[in-house]
Amino acid sequence: MSARARALLVALAAVLLALPQFAGSYLLSVATLALYFAYTGQAWNVMMGFAGQLSLGHSLYVGLGAYAAAAVFTKFGIGPWAGAWVAIALCVAAGAAIGVLAFRFGISGVYFALLTIAFAEFTRIGFDHIGWLGGPGGLFLKVGQRSSWDLANLRGTPAMFYYVMLALTAGAFALCAALLKSRAGYYWQAIREDEEAARALGINTFRWKMFAVIISAAMTALAGVFFAFYYNNLFPEQIFNIGQSIEIILGPIVGGVGTLFGPVLGAALLTGLADALNNLVAAMGWDIPGVKQVFYGIVLLLVIMFLPNGIWPPLARRLGLGR
Amino acid sequence: MALLEADALVKSFRGLRAVGGASFDVEPGSIVALIGPNGAGKTTCFNMIAGVFAPDSGTVAFEGRKMQGSRPDEICKAGIGRTFQIVKPFAGLSVADNVVVGALLRESTSRGARAVAMGILRKLRLEEKADLPASTLTLPDRKRLEVARALATRPKLLLLDEVMAGLRPTECDEMVAFFRELNRADGLAILLIEHVMRAVMALAQRVVVLHHGEVIARGAPAEVVRDPAVLECYLGEETEV
Amino acid sequence: MSATLVANVVIAGVLTGLVYGLMALGLSVIFGVVRVVNFAHGEMMTIAMYAAVLLSGAFKLDPMLAALPVAAAFFCIGYALQAGLINPFITRPEHSQFILLVAVATILTNVLLMVFGPDARSVQTDYQLDSWELGQVIVDKARVYAALAALGTTAALFAFFRFSRTGTAIRACADNHFGALVTGLNVKHLYAFTFGLGAACVAIAGCMMTLLVEVSPTVGPSYTLLGFVIVIVGGLGSMPGALLGGVLIGVSEALAGLFIDPSAKSMFSFALLIVVLLFRPQGLLGRKA
Repeated sequence: MSARARALLVALAAVLLALPQFAGSYLLSVATLALYFAYTGQAWNVMMGFAGQLSLGHSLYVGLGAYAAAAVFTKFGIGPWAGAWVAIALCVAAGAAIGVLAFRFGISGVYFALLTIAFAEFTRIGFDHIGWLGGPGGLFLKVGQRSSWDLANLRGTPAMFYYVMLALTAGAFALCAALLKSRAGYYWQAIREDEEAARALGINTFRWKMFAVIISAAMTALAGVFFAFYYNNLFPEQIFNIGQSIEIILGPIVGGVGTLFGPVLGAALLTGLADALNNLVAAMGWDIPGVKQVFYGIVLLLVIMFLPNGIWPPLARRLGLGR
Repeated sequence: MALLEADALVKSFRGLRAVGGASFDVEPGSIVALIGPNGAGKTTCFNMIAGVFAPDSGTVAFEGRKMQGSRPDEICKAGIGRTFQIVKPFAGLSVADNVVVGALLRESTSRGARAVAMGILRKLRLEEKADLPASTLTLPDRKRLEVARALATRPKLLLLDEVMAGLRPTECDEMVAFFRELNRADGLAILLIEHVMRAVMALAQRVVVLHHGEVIARGAPAEVVRDPAVLECYLGEETEV
Repeated sequence: MSATLVANVVIAGVLTGLVYGLMALGLSVIFGVVRVVNFAHGEMMTIAMYAAVLLSGAFKLDPMLAALPVAAAFFCIGYALQAGLINPFITRPEHSQFILLVAVATILTNVLLMVFGPDARSVQTDYQLDSWELGQVIVDKARVYAALAALGTTAALFAFFRFSRTGTAIRACADNHFGALVTGLNVKHLYAFTFGLGAACVAIAGCMMTLLVEVSPTVGPSYTLLGFVIVIVGGLGSMPGALLGGVLIGVSEALAGLFIDPSAKSMFSFALLIVVLLFRPQGLLGRKA
């Protein structure tokens, strides 16, 4: 990384670390949401941006992770840190299942995307029927007191949740940076660019694609755990919804698929703008559901038409940075 | 024992017989050219050796081990590298990164792979373009990149699929000189499919001629070119008008 | 569980399935020719349904009659969509096209939500609750009319592709894009025409659907997915496959609803999609992509 990039990164980190000091609780919640999408966007980016596999069913992993952690917490009293392992295990199993089925049978591109949607939808309706987990009525966590930090059980102030999400996002960033420079990064990008040529260079493409899917699923599982303990209620209709999957991919696509910083930038921009839009609409006295999604759709449309590589690459060039 | 032994290869596609019992060998350190008119089955043979698909019957043995039906990546690991007739660069990666991908097969670290990659690029006179995106290269450079990438996997046998196509005579001569040097210095065996006779005559030590999926002639280039059966398959029979 | 009940359910499933089939036909035609996966298909269906509901409410127009102007309007819109928006994306990577249409779909669904609100609406016709009795079996009139319309449209489309000049030209494009260009066919126009036809199919299917179910803004994605399930099961690019797939899905959904649980209907369809994608991705009647 160039000196300039490093300086900017440090400055950004400083701002993000200090944010709770000067931001009100509302702004903090928006920032937390932006970080949430930055994190899930990065997780998705590993599969798509690095390995070139388009998943439109990532809500599956958020949902499974959330329900796993929430279930072990409410039924067995197991805290989120241990519950996270259950969540990861479940999501890795699901991702591996999808990967094995898809890659063994040579399913790729649009068909693969459809397969991921089908799995998410199947699970959504399935969870509606699992009475033990609340069914369509939802699964609820007891909302703890919000005045002090209980990190072990993830109960606490908004600032605590902000820092947890910040840590996750920073961790994901570091992980992706390391992966990109490693053999995994090279092999994934080769597979993304031309899978046949990659095979001719000795790359076991099945194994490496599976690896990408599993890492992506495991990372997204943690987002699910956070979701469960932050919102304290889970509904299959909402968490496995295809709209959730689409919100996850928006950040990376707008910011720049395959780049390191793109998903973060995209998520920050979109969450901030969407929130501003919502406030604007509310201020005008209108109560119209769906405005935010129309906004997302329009942004997605404009980006895919005019800036298919996302906002970050040209911006990075302007700022004189690398990726 | 020959380095590569293709024995009685047969392959049909939807009832159309592309290759019907072709056999040929490549001795270690030798250069063999596979020639024949279009549709003769040359690329099909290549694809069977490279593991793109398995022969319907027949075997491919590399260093004595049966390899037919193996996956392309297993075949590369065993020591057979290949280039593609229509070049397939990793367009979104830099020239250097393209070769690094190949080098990572034998190197355990990215740094080691990069060093190997730069060395190969230097040999192919592509080092100045190392950091350019592969998509910006001209066709001759793309062909060189394709070869560089395959070489980075340290093959014992290199399969070249019409690598001279689209090159100007001077570029073609450069490539020929490069391969001859590689063959002389490193003992790299080469099996090439080629239509450009200039390259075949200059490079090949032995030639195998395919026609309608069968081997109709084999031998030194000078002999094969004079073989009446070969002339007939390229030029057609004489007919009374 | 009497045999009559099962028979009723199966017949209803077949009839509904034919309407599904028409919708899927539009999707299949678009993919078979233009090679674009229309992710906004279900949203187009929803808009057609709303159009029928509005015309029925405002002008007391029967959806079967409303189908004609709606289809005409959709043809124009589909043509414009392809020519204006989608055409430049033909040469782009697959996932770009897909995401383009995902964006369009998101916009359409939520604009509908903004305009019409989340509540469901339906049409009112005289014959909606009527039925015929064939022995012990009861057949809904509305379903029969809808199914007949679907069959009629399919036959017309089939005849168009088989016998008309434009239809033949379109089939040529589908078989061999480059060859079509070289022989002077105006491929852009033909692609747009095809998209228009696909949209018109969806329009008619949507109008017919209002005779059977109610509409709300969020049904779009389920129809898109249903369309994909049918097309993939029946065979991408195969017209009879779309109808066959539609009937199969219609019947299996109906039976699943009867024997298992009404809300598990679509679960069954998704499971079927997964199975077909894995074992026979070209579908029952499709050609290998």
